[in-house]
Amino acid sequence: MAYALQQLINGITLGMIYGLIAIGYTMVYGIIGMINFAHGDVFMIGAFIGIIVLTALSGITSVPLGLLAALILSAALCALYGFSIERVAYRPLRGSFRLAPLISAIGMSIVLENYVQTSQGALERAIPNLIPGGIMLMKQNGFAVQLTWLQIAIVIVTLVVLAVFTYVVTRTPLGRAMRAVEQDAKMAALLGIDTNRTISYTFIIGSALAAVAGVMFLLYYGVIDFYIGFNAGIKAFTAAVLGGIGSLPGAVLGGLLIGLIEAFWSGYATVAYKDAAVYSILAIVLMFMPTGLLGRNEVEKV
Amino acid sequence: MKNLGAILKDSAAVAGAALLLFGPFLGLRLGDNEAGSLTLSPRPGLLAAAVALTFAARLLMLLWYQHRPPRIIPVKLSAGTAQAGKYIAPALLIAAVAMPLLPGIENSYIDLGVLIMTYVMLGWGLNIVVGLAGLLDLGYVAFYAVGAYSFALLSENFGLGFWECLPISGLLAALWGMCLGFPVLRLRGDYLAIVTLAFGEIVRLVITNWVALTGGPNGITDIPHPSLFGLSFSMAGGPGTFAGFFHLTPDPKQRTTYLYYIILALALLTNWVTLRLRKQPLGRAWEALREDEIACRSLGINLRNTKLTAFAVGAMFAGFAGCFFATRQAFISPDSFTFIESATVLAIVVLGGAGSQLGVVLAACVMIGVPELLQSLQIYRMLIFGLALVVIMVVRPRGFIATRQPTVSLGKAKLIGAAMLSEGRG
Repeated sequence: MAYALQQLINGITLGMIYGLIAIGYTMVYGIIGMINFAHGDVFMIGAFIGIIVLTALSGITSVPLGLLAALILSAALCALYGFSIERVAYRPLRGSFRLAPLISAIGMSIVLENYVQTSQGALERAIPNLIPGGIMLMKQNGFAVQLTWLQIAIVIVTLVVLAVFTYVVTRTPLGRAMRAVEQDAKMAALLGIDTNRTISYTFIIGSALAAVAGVMFLLYYGVIDFYIGFNAGIKAFTAAVLGGIGSLPGAVLGGLLIGLIEAFWSGYATVAYKDAAVYSILAIVLMFMPTGLLGRNEVEKV
Repeated sequence: MKNLGAILKDSAAVAGAALLLFGPFLGLRLGDNEAGSLTLSPRPGLLAAAVALTFAARLLMLLWYQHRPPRIIPVKLSAGTAQAGKYIAPALLIAAVAMPLLPGIENSYIDLGVLIMTYVMLGWGLNIVVGLAGLLDLGYVAFYAVGAYSFALLSENFGLGFWECLPISGLLAALWGMCLGFPVLRLRGDYLAIVTLAFGEIVRLVITNWVALTGGPNGITDIPHPSLFGLSFSMAGGPGTFAGFFHLTPDPKQRTTYLYYIILALALLTNWVTLRLRKQPLGRAWEALREDEIACRSLGINLRNTKLTAFAVGAMFAGFAGCFFATRQAFISPDSFTFIESATVLAIVVLGGAGSQLGVVLAACVMIGVPELLQSLQIYRMLIFGLALVVIMVVRPRGFIATRQPTVSLGKAKLIGAAMLSEGRG
């Protein structure tokens, strides 16, 4: 019981991070129908900017201030990364052959990984735990259930970011434009929406969310290298597909599910096969629900 | 030039963005001090150079855009390319057959030829799935791994040789292709892509973690080399070896040449089977599936069998290639079967122009040959590879050879036009 509760806490924390990345995938997919393979690497870039900012500010004693600076700088720079990636690698291919943007995205992903590897080295980089301590929820048979301050902070930051994001998508003109372009880009353009600009904003928002996830990941695990984007990216994409690609609540739900599966599988089965478990469950869910959990079942017109 | 001001302004903006983008990564460098904590050291020179380079590149690009002649795309161009293919293909074939026999050619070049040919074969195999049947497969490397491990395990545990294992590897890979095919029958497009990707990762994870069977990350060593009618290519010479039988001095080139002809034959087999199948009902069904799944189903084509055979046939050739890879390397480990391999093969297919056999050859030469020749730039190799993918796609989104006619058509052949592609029928 206590052990399960601990896995639940760990799984939710991890799932929040996956959910944040998954939103970027699902938004881009919804709006231009492409798998943005480089998104996982934007997450990695975000984590690296976080560690660089934290190192640069290591003289500052106030931890919250340092973290806030890392979050904001990382989100801002990653937004610029997302914007630039879209301009350079995807926009020229809009309306082109379906596989072309996918290959371009895979190329971009390889570029980003190797860019960080060659510029910052292939070594793992570690930071100490900046928010140590926590509260003990319960103790059973000598097993203490820990809810660390770090986990609380991650969940709170994620929820705040998600709340802001939900507000933007549902209540602002920009969000309305985004939803309109997602439904029908041509019609939206006829009604005076600048689709190119809306798509750019989609990349900016998605990348900023990935950056927040990157900094959270850095804080949670304390260790990053240039390759973290691949695994996290695939899992987040899996989360987006599981939740029903194109659906924003689905992305968060999928992320939470993936985080929980991973935590419980590592806790009760073998850690070595936790990724295999995630992928297998994805395949099984899609066998029975080919459009994911919350996906719309699109009627295909001939 | 009246727009010079605007061009300079644009270039300056791009350079400013580059300053922000490159700032943390090129301008600063993480390091460790003696105490084990992280340090940062500035690299202003590198950052300035990168920003200046970006500025200059953007400036030149904009100037070129302004001055380049207007593009005239002749309607007949693509048909012309197809015509030229009739002459290029035999010429390339003759060159490929003659290459290892050229006097004085170095062993390393034949070896590079073997590598390129392996990717050509993989590309042709994947072309069946992606180019012909239109099913996006991001986990193709899984079948390559199945083929390689089938041979390695059969030879390790039962002492079987390359030639006995080659068909077994192909069959096992085809079986796995069917296993993957079943759950994804109902999926389309990108759902299919992610499940195939997941399948590739699962296979790699199992290989890595099932240490008792596969040796885990350490891989399997001492995989036997193929023999020629019982003659081995041992460097020792003497009776029973190729060199001894033909009274030659043992030379590593003999073995490389032999491997080269094996992979050439396997690749040509792949090509021949593909070309034949395309003219038969099965191949036509694949092409119909690629063009329109619903129309295909409405015409009574069995989608399940069509998809499964596409996966199985594509996987079989990957299995052959994997078996060959194992015997060539004499050592395999899970590191050889990562996602990047799938991505490379897919990139070769798409860069070649999905569906084009000749395009695959050209793309494999460019994507595999050029990085291998850039060995001196080892650490930048993958960076250049990724950049090349982006640039080639942006410049030629349809690939090197951008024609894709259905193999059989009624009456006048119709080219798939840009208008139809923009409707998402690519």
